[in-house]
Amino acid sequence: MNAPVRTVPDADAPAIELVGIDKSFGPVHANKDIHLTVRRGTIHGVIGENGAGKSTLMSILYGFYQADRGEIRVGGRPIVIKDSQAAIAAGIGMVHQHFMLVENFTVLENVMLGAEGGAFLKTGIAKARAELKRLETEYALDVDPDAVIETLPVGRQQRVEILKALYRGADILILDEPTGVLTPAEADHLFRILRVLRDQGKTVILITHKLREIMAITDAVSVMRRGEMVATRTTAETTVEELAELMVGRRVLLKVDKGPAKPGPVALSVRNLTVRDHRGVTMVDDVSFDVRAGEIVGIAGVAGNGQSELLEALAGIRKPASGDILIEGKSTLGADPAMLRRRGLAHVPEDRHHMGLVLKFEEYENSILGYHDDPRFVRGPFLDIEAIRADARDKIAKYDIRPPNPRLKTANFSGGNQQKIVLAREIERDPTVLIIGQPTRGVDIGAIEFIHRRIVEMRDAGKAILLVSVELDEIRALADRVIVMFAGRVVGEKTPEASEQTLGLMMAGIGP
Amino acid sequence: MSAASAPLPRWVTYGLMPVLNLAVAFLISGLVVAFIGESPWEAVEVLLTGALGTGEGIGYTLFYATNFIFTGLAVAVAFHCGLFNIGGEGQAYLGGLGAALVALSLGDVLPWYLTMPVAVLFAALFGAAWALIPAWLQASRGSHIVITTIMFNFIGAALMVYLLVNVLKVPGAMAPETRVFAEGGQLPKLTWPFELFGAKLGAAPFNVSFVIALVMAVLVWLLIWRTRLGYEIRATGTNPTAAIYAGIPYKRMVIVTMLLSGGLAGMMALNPVMGASARLQVEFVGGAGFVGIAVALMGRSHPLGIVFAAILFGVLYQGGAELSFWIPAITRDMIVVIQGLVILFAGALETMFRPALARLFWRAPRAAAAKA
Ligand SMILES: Nc1ncnc2c1ncn2[C@@H]1O[C@H](COP(=O)(O)OP(=O)(O)OP(=O)(O)O)[C@@H](O)[C@H]1O
Ligand SMILES: [Mg+2]
Repeated sequence: MNAPVRTVPDADAPAIELVGIDKSFGPVHANKDIHLTVRRGTIHGVIGENGAGKSTLMSILYGFYQADRGEIRVGGRPIVIKDSQAAIAAGIGMVHQHFMLVENFTVLENVMLGAEGGAFLKTGIAKARAELKRLETEYALDVDPDAVIETLPVGRQQRVEILKALYRGADILILDEPTGVLTPAEADHLFRILRVLRDQGKTVILITHKLREIMAITDAVSVMRRGEMVATRTTAETTVEELAELMVGRRVLLKVDKGPAKPGPVALSVRNLTVRDHRGVTMVDDVSFDVRAGEIVGIAGVAGNGQSELLEALAGIRKPASGDILIEGKSTLGADPAMLRRRGLAHVPEDRHHMGLVLKFEEYENSILGYHDDPRFVRGPFLDIEAIRADARDKIAKYDIRPPNPRLKTANFSGGNQQKIVLAREIERDPTVLIIGQPTRGVDIGAIEFIHRRIVEMRDAGKAILLVSVELDEIRALADRVIVMFAGRVVGEKTPEASEQTLGLMMAGIGP
Repeated sequence: MSAASAPLPRWVTYGLMPVLNLAVAFLISGLVVAFIGESPWEAVEVLLTGALGTGEGIGYTLFYATNFIFTGLAVAVAFHCGLFNIGGEGQAYLGGLGAALVALSLGDVLPWYLTMPVAVLFAALFGAAWALIPAWLQASRGSHIVITTIMFNFIGAALMVYLLVNVLKVPGAMAPETRVFAEGGQLPKLTWPFELFGAKLGAAPFNVSFVIALVMAVLVWLLIWRTRLGYEIRATGTNPTAAIYAGIPYKRMVIVTMLLSGGLAGMMALNPVMGASARLQVEFVGGAGFVGIAVALMGRSHPLGIVFAAILFGVLYQGGAELSFWIPAITRDMIVVIQGLVILFAGALETMFRPALARLFWRAPRAAAAKA
């Protein structure tokens, strides 16, 4: 294997050219004759609906998949990328959406992993430490090399991923939905890093569903739709509206259309709730609030301030240390998730991969996860497969889940479509209380519009809805009341009209 | 994520790949045989005629296969819940006690077809009981089931020897075994399917247990893919976090699954105890519990695959015995090596050819289409 391209042959040649890339998964034509040119030293955005084929295209570039047809040119030279080793050798680095870090290794160990350089660790370590130091200062990527990964917030873990790629000599960096898991502040920091990288001559390809990010940071943007590359624009010469329309093929309502709430009686009541995590650290600290039927209460807060543990306690997954949770006036203490579902609680978990789905199951099997005891889906001890598949097909049609195939393995759906499978399952149960974590993480703008509309419809049908999201925009757009959490405590309540700045300060723990 | 995750048609995954793996296993076995100076062709011939060439050979092959179906199913059910039950050996041993107690009591007064259902039940109950304590320890204290089930194999063996020597042995007799069961305590041989083809079963102890094993295979299929319980077992086995989210109680799943698994292993005893020797003997399980692990692996924890894999191992057992009889240079240990190779290629390396096949499969038709 000859490692090509490290010596830039032609400084003007585009960093990457994709010529006629084609890829199918069985009957699904994920990439159709894709042409894409990414100029050196630019940040190039790639947007498109869920399942448009963005991740597939990047996976081809990174050697995860092989294209059926087409050519990849790096720095003007055609190369074959048959695996990720070859991609790295060609100077292409990838920051994975689901971090590929060893949780109980330190930053340094993770960065070195697979590039230890020789049989003896010691010399490698010293070299790596020096190199890491250089990268950190050059690109403003501050992380403690001796910190253990699992103790770091996601934003920093992501920086480690970036460091890992740079350490391997990446000139071209691919980021697939990097901000999905970040707080706004962390996202800002990431963008600062990306700008520095660009200014130092690196090339960045950025996949995101957030058009605001595209406008803020990219130099050019390409739009994919249903496997095809439909347009490329210079960012400065386009608008959010145009991009949205290019993506979805129709005009998109970028604002939620909702009337005033008509709150009814209290449906969900949280009383002095304290929750500890598995290490015994108090994550939710004496929290109390009510959610009434027919209103949406949003919980705003920087990730890691107790929202996840709060959701898990409400869903019966985590036992509270003290306090009480009441649904329609009756305590739920001691109830497991199955009992809570029977009492009318539906739960969209924050983390669909680990909690909301069994990725190895076929789609229809996931469409009843948690409801597999429902009389509609069973006959005696047996599952009523026909009824389940029919119901799954209905949800697929209603939520426009693609490809519309209930027999497809869930892992083979695109990220956004997986999210829709969970949402369809929980929302269509017609629950009394609906708790939702990060409803539109990884979902495209067309689908966001639909999901937001559906959530508002649920509210208007008299459901009590608790919404947790790290997207302040989303909270402000949907919620009727906003509760702000900081360090496990409720630090205040605001109307959604409160300014972003006020909320932001509260989220940072700096007074109401 | 790699080329390996591209979907392949079922006939490739379940048909072509096992055949390829087997072919490679036999190829290497052939090389080993050639290495010690024997003719691989002759060895294959002896093996195959020994296992499949006569009615009697087939009878023995299916007799062994019956054991492996039961133990294979036992391991597979546990696999589906993410549990590795290595205790099939001990559970089958104890299942023999259950079957023998029924055969010794009811067998004296009832015809076999009335004794049988009770014996099935007791064999299963005793096997399940032997799986219960490891299951409970795993569920409530997190003691690893691999360790505890292995320990229970030893305890089970010691217990059974004690019972056979001190309690169940015929007074005055030398052998540590029970008396011969009465007619009603024996499972009749299945001679008629052989007579249908004009073949002779001869001395082969092929018996009704085979039918029970096939029924169990169907029931396991129904359980795993068609029932709520099976759904819960699979969810727990593939993503425990999602299972908890779905309100599926982990502890109960572990215990229920292990009871089912132990029960299936226990039923294996019907075949040698009530079907072949008509008495309970020491060490009648003879490693079938461990072979079940290979069978489950190779059959990809699917009952149909397990039936095929069990028959394959039946062939290897019976044919292997013939082989070491007719070609003394090929010892029993060599047979074990060959079985090991089959396990290695068909079980452990089951997806070795997958990436290459996937590439071939998705490239070829499209390249052809592109040229056309
Ligand atoms: N391994 C696979 N097997 C089968 N189909 C697949 C596989 N990977 C992707 N697909 C299909 O290819 C299409 C494109 O998927 P891809 O993940 O590239 O979409 P995407 O643009 O990244 O979407 P999202 O915004 O939701 O992440 C989808 O229809 C998906 O179901
Ligand atoms: Mg994607």
